[in-house]
Amino acid sequence: MAKNKNGSGFSRRKFLKGVGVGTGALSAGLLSPAETLSHAGGALAFGTPQGPGAVPITLHINGQAHRLSVEPRVTLLDALRMDLEITGAKRVCDRGTCGACSMLLDGKVIYGCSMLAIDAQGHEITTVEGLSHNGRPHPLMTAFVAHDGQQCGFCTPGFIVASKAFLDRTPHPTREQVNHGLGGNLCRCGTYHGIREAVLDVGNPTGKAKTGGQAHGAL
Amino acid sequence: MQAFDYARPHSLAEALKLLSTDRDAAVVLAGGTDLLSLMKDNVIAPKRLVSLKSIEELHRVEHNAHGLRLGALVTLDTLSTHPVIAQHYPGLAEAALGVSSPQIRNMGTVGGDLCQRPRCWYFRGGYGLLALDQGKALVPDGDNRYHAILGNHGPAYFVNPSSLAPILMALDAKVRVQGPKTSREVPVAEFFRTPTSATEYENVVAANEIVTEVLIPAPAAGSHQAVYEVRQKEALDWPLAAAAVHVHLAGNKVTTARIVLGHVAPTPWRAEAAEQMLVGKAVNEDVATAVGRAAVMGASPLSRNAYKVQLARVAVKRALLRATGQLAVPKA
Repeated sequence: MAKNKNGSGFSRRKFLKGVGVGTGALSAGLLSPAETLSHAGGALAFGTPQGPGAVPITLHINGQAHRLSVEPRVTLLDALRMDLEITGAKRVCDRGTCGACSMLLDGKVIYGCSMLAIDAQGHEITTVEGLSHNGRPHPLMTAFVAHDGQQCGFCTPGFIVASKAFLDRTPHPTREQVNHGLGGNLCRCGTYHGIREAVLDVGNPTGKAKTGGQAHGAL
Repeated sequence: MQAFDYARPHSLAEALKLLSTDRDAAVVLAGGTDLLSLMKDNVIAPKRLVSLKSIEELHRVEHNAHGLRLGALVTLDTLSTHPVIAQHYPGLAEAALGVSSPQIRNMGTVGGDLCQRPRCWYFRGGYGLLALDQGKALVPDGDNRYHAILGNHGPAYFVNPSSLAPILMALDAKVRVQGPKTSREVPVAEFFRTPTSATEYENVVAANEIVTEVLIPAPAAGSHQAVYEVRQKEALDWPLAAAAVHVHLAGNKVTTARIVLGHVAPTPWRAEAAEQMLVGKAVNEDVATAVGRAAVMGASPLSRNAYKVQLARVAVKRALLRATGQLAVPKA
């Protein structure tokens, strides 16, 4: 979405941001080098309150450190989407219910909408963008496509990330485990069947768990 | 969300200094799953958040022969996966797993579960704990399908939202509350209260105090415990009714019993008549049914929530059957 086909660097997203009234003027690109360097490597804990205006912070996302300046009230999700243009995680309910904003924090799946960006410092954050390697899709992505695990696709990045965290802990799940393990994500199109099959497929490549509704995978 | 300033102190002492006796001035931030929603909806608009996450001691799980000590920042995920908790406090692990979103379990904390605000739609809509619109109570003429069926004679009708409180109360747990000068241990049974005026809060933690840990005595030999929750869907949702049961058995006879209902009253609701009925008996399905019925004696449904009486009754019955191994407990 962010890259225009003609390579002009102009994107729909940047255009929409540009015309927005009251859009925050401070974004990562506008920080002066002095401003970022003076706070780099600072201790995470501090007894002196910061804000309510914009505060320089550092986030570690998909293996890269990003310095940006946000008000303490900005959520991790909004910092990623609005300030860093890492838009894989989606903003839907913004109340920790739908799972579209799912991302990994030190390998554990969380809701990016329910954590403050400033409070996420010191953690390794992984979004759906961070699951591909060298342009190759993660096996879950391939499986979602193969099993028709998406319709409108808006919940898909969250489901992929939640599925990754689930399989990391439960490598060979049963159908029931998948149901429970992905209980934090919603799909309004109702593609649950395809999602379930995709996750079972990646977790049980020999196809054992797919043959019935009962537990097959090794526990 | 209104703007606020943010601090992330290293120590409890530092954190306490950043708080105030005024709830609008500063609020403690733990997992944030409830707090940020309240702030986005402008139910509250504190001027400062004090993040507790850099205070090492609040993350600790300690256990010995005397019991279990859970730091306030221990996550629900840790409760549901910790081998010691699974072995000795299985009801607690089940209760944590009942929060059926891995994301919430990874973020949500023990202290946060206890201190989360009621889900009452009037409260969330800005009408306060007593659901007052310009002094007029909204509940008597309202749609009360999710409101209290017990302890609901007014002026509060919301239900306690905690997933852990019923089982913690059944296990005789205490909550350590640290103030600026002293700390105190509050039994979970006394931690919550039903507000009687619009200025009262639903628990005993003052604005300048912090919940630091939960202390659970080691269950004696013969202890059996379980929870049962009834939700509209299997996935993420708050229960409509829940029950926690903790019994001790000698042979097959119950010697002591604790039965606590959740999501049916403004506080976790201890069913003492049902407990007394259970003592001395061997648990079977008939006994469990009768105990479930006794647990909801005195329920007084509001409009559209009589169905919760049945749900609570069945929750007690099934928690009791689970605790005594007569009904399977789902695994993670």
